[in-house]
Amino acid sequence: MSETPKKIEGITKESTQAMIDTALAAYPEKGRKKRAPHLAPNDPEGSSSCVKSNRKTVPGVMSARGCAYAGAKGVVWGPIRDMVHVSHGPVGCGWYSWGTRRNLMSGTNGVDQFGMQFTSDFQEKDIVYGGDKKLRTLLEEAHELFPLAKGISVLSECPVGLIGDDINSVAKVASKELDIPIIPCNCEGFRGVSQSLGHHISNDTIRDHIIGTREFAEPASPYDISLIGDYNIGGDVWSAKSLLEEIGLNVKSVWTGDGELEKIAATHTVKLNLIHCYRSMNYMCKVMEEKYGIPWLEFNFFGPTKIKESLRAIGARFDQTIQDKVEVAIAKYEPIMQAIIDEYKPRLEGKKVMLLVGGLRPRHTIGAYEDLGMECVGSGYEFAHNDDYERTMPEMPEATVIYDDPSEFEFEQFVHKLKPDLIGSGIKEKYVFQKMGIPFRQMHSWDYSGPYHGYQGFEVFARDIDMALNSPTWKLVKSPF
Amino acid sequence: MRQIAIYGKGGIGKSTTTQNTVAGLASLGKKVMIVGCDPKADSTRLILHAKAQNTVMDLVRELGTVEDLELQDVMKVGYGDVKCVESGGPEPGVGCAGRGVITAINFLEENGAYTPDLDFVFYDVLGDVVCGGFAMPIREGKAEEIYIVCSGEMMAMYAANNIAKGILKYASSGKVRLAGLICNARKTDMEYELISALAAKLGTQMIHFVPRDNQVQRAELRRMTVIEYSPDHPQANEYRTLAQKIADNKMLVVPTPLEMEELEDLLMEFGIMEAEDESVVGVVEKAA
Repeated sequence: MSETPKKIEGITKESTQAMIDTALAAYPEKGRKKRAPHLAPNDPEGSSSCVKSNRKTVPGVMSARGCAYAGAKGVVWGPIRDMVHVSHGPVGCGWYSWGTRRNLMSGTNGVDQFGMQFTSDFQEKDIVYGGDKKLRTLLEEAHELFPLAKGISVLSECPVGLIGDDINSVAKVASKELDIPIIPCNCEGFRGVSQSLGHHISNDTIRDHIIGTREFAEPASPYDISLIGDYNIGGDVWSAKSLLEEIGLNVKSVWTGDGELEKIAATHTVKLNLIHCYRSMNYMCKVMEEKYGIPWLEFNFFGPTKIKESLRAIGARFDQTIQDKVEVAIAKYEPIMQAIIDEYKPRLEGKKVMLLVGGLRPRHTIGAYEDLGMECVGSGYEFAHNDDYERTMPEMPEATVIYDDPSEFEFEQFVHKLKPDLIGSGIKEKYVFQKMGIPFRQMHSWDYSGPYHGYQGFEVFARDIDMALNSPTWKLVKSPF
Repeated sequence: MRQIAIYGKGGIGKSTTTQNTVAGLASLGKKVMIVGCDPKADSTRLILHAKAQNTVMDLVRELGTVEDLELQDVMKVGYGDVKCVESGGPEPGVGCAGRGVITAINFLEENGAYTPDLDFVFYDVLGDVVCGGFAMPIREGKAEEIYIVCSGEMMAMYAANNIAKGILKYASSGKVRLAGLICNARKTDMEYELISALAAKLGTQMIHFVPRDNQVQRAELRRMTVIEYSPDHPQANEYRTLAQKIADNKMLVVPTPLEMEELEDLLMEFGIMEAEDESVVGVVEKAA
């Protein structure tokens, strides 16, 4: 966190508020009244969130949000590699949530890794007669076909909740008979206002069905930690894990990128939980703190400045051996990072970026852009809560626009006004802005690239940002403004 | 083609009345189809002399998908050339019976069950309009006439009034109209007068008062309508009269459902219910 608030030339509280008001003017009164509290100029020293969040999307505006099922399947459960994940309902939800976040997996498909698409493929008859029997058959068949899978998750799609199928009792009976964990997750898409509730529900099912049910084979050490809320997008986990190991820590489990069920189940014995994505997994960190007394620490592995701060903060939780190794690692990587900065910064200095991502990156990646000499002139989340915005405000320059669940219209209006050199957002936004002639990176899945975490990741990040911004392609596109 | 939906409190005799009336229409030379919209699938047994016919949803379950189904697999022809279809559905407590009704009716439409030679289509719908599925028969382009089967029992009248509320909702956005109350007599006090008065309050008519007669039961035990079992019995005449009245009925109204108080006033007016005495509410009977 910076001591004095950052400023950006030409951006004042008044100019930002005027820009917000202009965008809102297009709405009918009711919509305007609802949207207004979700948009505000940043106040880095404000004590509470400057915008309202985690509310129902205003009907009629195009939102980038997903649903509870997306949060459960796409984010929390899907990345656990040694389980079979069943999308219970019609086929589409399963298909379109299959690895779209590019949560990479190690292992051999069908042996210790099941990155396949399983669905109960509901038909009319399953709706009318209920899908419980079909689910039961599916669980037996999945276990028979993939006996090495360590467990099965059953992720409810909307119709399952509508017709009142009792997946919990099917899972309970089948789990006993097949003698493997079968975890029912009632994450019907219509529940809640965004994917955020799906994360919460998934955390709760981990709490109720998994945590504390296994122990690690090897003896405990004072350096046992787990990596929470890293989904291994483009290999992020591998980059973060190797760095944590380099400073002497034992990463006993990863939630849930490239994750393993039995290790997740034994996490209650680690000494510290390091949480990357606070939004999707703070719930279980708090549960493990209350129930098992495990402290947790938020950290940021984007860009050398934040990595250095985070490494030292992590080191401070351990003894001198770890702290020394932290300094050795920093000393080893700083010159390498400096060389990267020296290469890219001259081409990126002073460039402006706007962000709209899920529940973490709109604040965590700011430092990485700043390491490259760029400025963040607007940031916002699809599904964040107040505590996320409180963590965002000190990271963002003074008076820059903060937007919660912005509509495509609002986002476009802000882009027209602020004229950023780069936008980091999702697939729904990508082509809209590229067609406007604005460089864009798809920051949910690292745009088919990655990793971006850790020292290894920064090199990839810097290269990608440079490629996006300085590609000669853009000289051939006539921007509408 | 006139499409007619029959609603009413559970157990009031909707299926029995519908089939006997349809038999009456058939005896008048009318071409009729019955679509049973109840997972119990007992809307056609008296016409078909069958325990239960194969339902649309049963066959869908057997074959896998609706697309594999043929119309002749689910449509049977019974007494008086009456065409019979049952939507079918799950046993109580699982799945979604409402979706079964929607699937079945969509199937019938897509597969040309509604042929131009039909004079009447009757939808025999389960007890109450509990969800969108059971409102399917009165959606746009389907049944526009509704008859409510009731009796002089208080709960049956409450139910009739509630159904009228539902009809009002659909009537305001479409062509659905209330066509009358059919009183399936239970021999309660002042039954004829009471239902006539209720009908008047709802803005409709008591289209017929079907007296209670054990002949209905005797015919049912043989899985037959009264008209087929004993065409000369006076009860058969009652159903023929009802059939003729329905055939001639032009009185289609947007109902004016009663408030709870009005309904209770009506019952008091006929001496069915005493004036409300709050001091007795919730007080148990004194031990002898």
